[in-house]
Formats: sequence, C-alpha cells, structure tokens
Amino acid sequence: MSRFLFELKEGVIISLKAIFANKARSVLTTLGIIIGIWAVITMSTAIKGIDIAFQDGVASLGSDNIYIDKWEWFNNDTPWWELRNRRNIDMDDFRAYKDAAQLPVAVAPSMWTSQTVKQRDRTVEFINIQGTTNDYIETTNLSFAEGRFFNELESNGGRAVIVLGWDIAENLFPNGGALGSTVKVKGHKLKVVGVLEEQGSWVMGNWNPDNQVYLPIEFMFKYLQRESFRSITINVRAENSIAVEEVKEEAIGLMRRVRGLTYDEINDFSINQQEGLLNEINQTVGVIQIAGLFITGLSLFVGAIGIMNIMFVSVKERTREIGIRKAIGAKRRAILGQFLSEAATICLMGGLIGLGIAVVTSIIIDRFLPTSIQIDAVFLAIVISLFTGLISGFAPAYTASKLDPVDSLRYE
Amino acid sequence: MNLIKIEHIAKIYQVGTEEVHALADVSLTIDKNEYVAIMGPSGSGKSTLMNILGCLDTPTKGLYDFEGENVSEMEDNDLANIRNQKIGFVFQTFNLLPRSDALHNVELPLIYAGVPSHERKERARQSLIDVGLEDRIHHKPNELSGGQRQRVAIARALVTRPSIILADEPTGNLDSKTGEDIMYLFNEIHQQGNTIILVTHEEYIAEHAARIIRLKDGFIAADEHVEKRYVPQKREAVA
Repeated sequence: MSRFLFELKEGVIISLKAIFANKARSVLTTLGIIIGIWAVITMSTAIKGIDIAFQDGVASLGSDNIYIDKWEWFNNDTPWWELRNRRNIDMDDFRAYKDAAQLPVAVAPSMWTSQTVKQRDRTVEFINIQGTTNDYIETTNLSFAEGRFFNELESNGGRAVIVLGWDIAENLFPNGGALGSTVKVKGHKLKVVGVLEEQGSWVMGNWNPDNQVYLPIEFMFKYLQRESFRSITINVRAENSIAVEEVKEEAIGLMRRVRGLTYDEINDFSINQQEGLLNEINQTVGVIQIAGLFITGLSLFVGAIGIMNIMFVSVKERTREIGIRKAIGAKRRAILGQFLSEAATICLMGGLIGLGIAVVTSIIIDRFLPTSIQIDAVFLAIVISLFTGLISGFAPAYTASKLDPVDSLRYE
Repeated sequence: MNLIKIEHIAKIYQVGTEEVHALADVSLTIDKNEYVAIMGPSGSGKSTLMNILGCLDTPTKGLYDFEGENVSEMEDNDLANIRNQKIGFVFQTFNLLPRSDALHNVELPLIYAGVPSHERKERARQSLIDVGLEDRIHHKPNELSGGQRQRVAIARALVTRPSIILADEPTGNLDSKTGEDIMYLFNEIHQQGNTIILVTHEEYIAEHAARIIRLKDGFIAADEHVEKRYVPQKREAVA
C-alpha cells in the first residue's frame, strides 16, 4: 500500500511537470473537459431545479386532496368525447355528496371563469376567477399575507367580496393597501377581504394561486356565469395522505349514488389526485433528464476523445523519454501509472475548473430556477473527471508501457 | 565467481522472410573491477551485445548469468529491476530528460528504486559532486555543455551504486579534449573498484581499457589484454 502511494505520488509529480511544460496544449486539452464537466454539472443541477420546482408546484395541490370532476385531469385513458358527453356536476350533486360524506375534513365546490379585474386605471386581463365557498380554504394549505378568506355568511349570501392571489394584488396595488379597497369585475364592485401569501411556483401557470382571485360561488352564479354554464369541481380534503384512499372509495360510492348510476354503468365522473400530476411530471422530468444528460454527456465524451488523442501524441513525442526511463529501471507499471496520472490530472483540473464555472452558472440560473450546486455534484464532478481521465488515458498509457526500451531509445 | 558469464549467446532478428544473425555465437566472462572495451565496426553486433549485457534485450539463444542470476529468461519487470539496481548506463547521446534539472535526472533511478525523497536528493547531490558538478546541480541539460551533460549521465549511472557501468560510445558526441576528461573520469571510477564495459569503435578510446573484445559478424574475433594502457591525464580547466 505504501509502495502504491509512493508510486502514485511520484507519478502525479512527474505528470504535473509534464503538464506545466506544455502549457498551451494542456490548456486546450483541458478546455474540452472543462466544457464537458461544466455542461454535465450545470445540466444535472438545472434538471434538479426543474424537478424541485415541479414538486413544489404539485405540493400546492396538496397530497391529501382529491378533486371530483367531470374531466380526467392527467392520464387521459378515456377519450375526450366521452368525457365531454358526461353530465355536468352541479351544485345539487355537490350538496348531496357533502351531506352524505363522513370522511373528508373539508369539501368545497369550485367554478372558474376567465375575467378582467380592474382597480382604477390598473387592470389584469383574463385571469382565473374561482368561485367557491368559505370551506374552500380548509381544503388547501394557503395562508394569508393580509386579511382572511370570505366567511360563511359572505359565502352563502353571495356577497361582493374577493380574495386576491399575490401576483394579482401586486399588479393591482403596486403600492400596497389592497385590503379593504374595491376592485371591479365585469362592472361589479367587490371588496378585497384578503391577499394570499406568495406561492412562488410557476409550474401551475394560471392555476397557481398567485395568479387567481377567489370570490363566493353564489356571487359568480348571480353576476358572472350561470350555474349551468359548466361543470363544477368538488375539492375534497382527507385528514391525511393515508386517509386519501378511503376518502376516494367513499367518494366514488357516494357520487355513483348521487348521480343515480346503476351497477352496470361506468363512472360518469373522475377522481383526480396529485398523484396523477406527479406521475406525469416525473415522466416529463425523466425525459428531460435522459435527453439533457445524453447531450451533455456527448460533450464530455468529445472532451475525453481529445484527452485520448493528445495522450497518444504525447506518448509518441516522448518515446525517447520513455526509453530513458525504462533503461534506468522504470517498470511497465510505473510508465503506465505516469501517463494515467497525467491524463487523470489534466481531467481533474479541467473538472474542478468546470465545476467552478458551473457554480457561477448555477448562481445565475438560480434567478429563474431554484438551483444550487450540492455536495453530491462536487463529488460527481470529481469522480466523473477522474474516470474520464483514467478511461481515455488508458489506451495511450498502455501503449507507452509496452514500448520496447531498445527501440524507444533509438527513436528520434 | 564471474560477475558476468554468457554462453553461446545468439540474437536472431526476423527481417521479412530473412533471418539476420546480429549475434551468432558469443561466449565470454567478465570479472569484478574489470575495465573492458567492446570494439567492432558497425554491423558487428556490438550494439546488440551491449543491449543484452545491459538487460535491455534478451538473447534468442544461450545463457546469460549476471551475478549468479539467469537473466536470459527473465520477465520485463525483473529485467527492469536488474537495470535499475545493478547496471548504470552512459549513452553516446547522454539521454537526459531535457525538461528536468541535473539533480532530478540523477535522482530518477532512485525514484524507480523506491528511495524516499529526502535520501534520494542527498544521494543525487553527492553523486553530482563526485563527478565535479557541484555548481551545476539545478541546471537543465540545455544549459550545460556536452561534457557536463555526460557527467550528469555518469552521475546518474553511479547513483544506484551498480555492479557494472555500461558506456556506449561515451565520447562519441564530444570533442577530443572533453572526451579525454570523460575518459579520465572513467579511469577514476574504475580505480574506485567499479566494473566498466565500454562500447566503442575508436581504437584510441578502447586502449583506455585493460581488455579489448573485438567483434566481427556476430562472433568474437579477438579477446586481448591491453599491454600498454593509455592512462588519461587530468586537465586543469574542466570543461
């Protein structure tokens, strides 16, 4: 072991000398590895960032929730025309289900419409307006920057009150003071009773609570959109994620009864879950991951070929040196080790520089995506670059170790 | 016991369909502290013999016994060990590593012998002092004259305290005065009890040795004792 360490140390010293003796060439060779490692590390961190962003976005749906809907949200096994031909879920269905359901901790209906919201001369155009009941807040994890959700009285009475998502509030009230002010939707004045805390995830797009406003569903039916216009969604919250399955079973049973289905009819509603979205996202992220790592892996591969190429040149060029070393007693292993450690050292230096640039890049990307280089990426960069060096250096080093001392001493 | 004993050694190269007998049948013995010159015109097989004696190459046929060890059937790595510990090479073209300074060049055999860094540097320094280069220790080969380079090579050959010094045309690339200095150094090394084998094609250089082995067409043509050895004189100003 100490013998091995001795040879390793001497090999690294010799290779450092050789690397610094050929500065321009070493820099150019290293460049391939720098770019390769930079690409691989940046890509894998970015992908991780995308994944985290997705997961956060999904988490805002809540893992304890199910959504009873006319539509199948995620995996579309059922043809869309069948979904379209289903009867709408209406408020009667909702009330019947809510009265019968024993297991959920909260149940609320949702109906959406797309409208422009105004505040004096400021407007936000065609945002998602969600009509719901006061129970809705109990089905979410949402919290408030200021104010509150509308209460039972306001909900049942269809009062003109509204809760703003963070971005909407920012847009309409850039100087603050949203709470207690009035906004206009389709000419109707509504009083702002609450502003939600920022969620910060872009994944859900317009469905992100940041970009929505909430008002009593009864108000919506009266002034914005008829009850029969489209199907409602029933938001159901289970006590915890373990209870979700039971809540789902119960919901299926109750909904079949509410909708008057006979035993031979299939469900004319869908139970949607975060899980469905999660599967879809995992698939997408998986594809991005494979494609991304394949492409960046290619650039690393090109860098490795560069190393191999330059090491072959180096062996050829230093044939005489190899002859001298062998003549004075270098064993094959020593020559092999010398050139392997040279390739590994070049790659390791390239890897560390690439890692450094990747850290800077990730700080820049972090403004758009939650990315940060973790210790495992550092470890990954070191291991990958070392391995690249060893693999691409092996063939040239082996060639060098097999050279005949007599021939190589004669080599001009 | 003989230091070196070779019996019926032959080296045959395959060139195309033709067999070339670089060495046909050579037997000889060399004792400790001998000073032997191997002479011959080009093509006589002296380089081949030198490569075999130096364990850089193995014979096709025959037996090579080096200090009681049968070298003729050794593996590469064992040969490397013998070269490292028992043989010191001095080449016509010096064969120093161009990017390393004198000290590192001399240190090199000790690296492969696994000598720790501190001891290595000390021994290399001493070896350089022994050949009169105490003020050139950190010079690179291209900062040294031909004679100084050959001294570095000699210091490198001596640093492992080998059983034999094998010098292949050591004065071939030097002017005659510098060559004289190098031969003086060899004479000194010989007097300190070392065994020297000198390969040359110059009669004048060969006469520095005590014994001349003449090769011709892969055979030993003559093996003679030198009656009147040429003893080089030390010059005042060392090149």
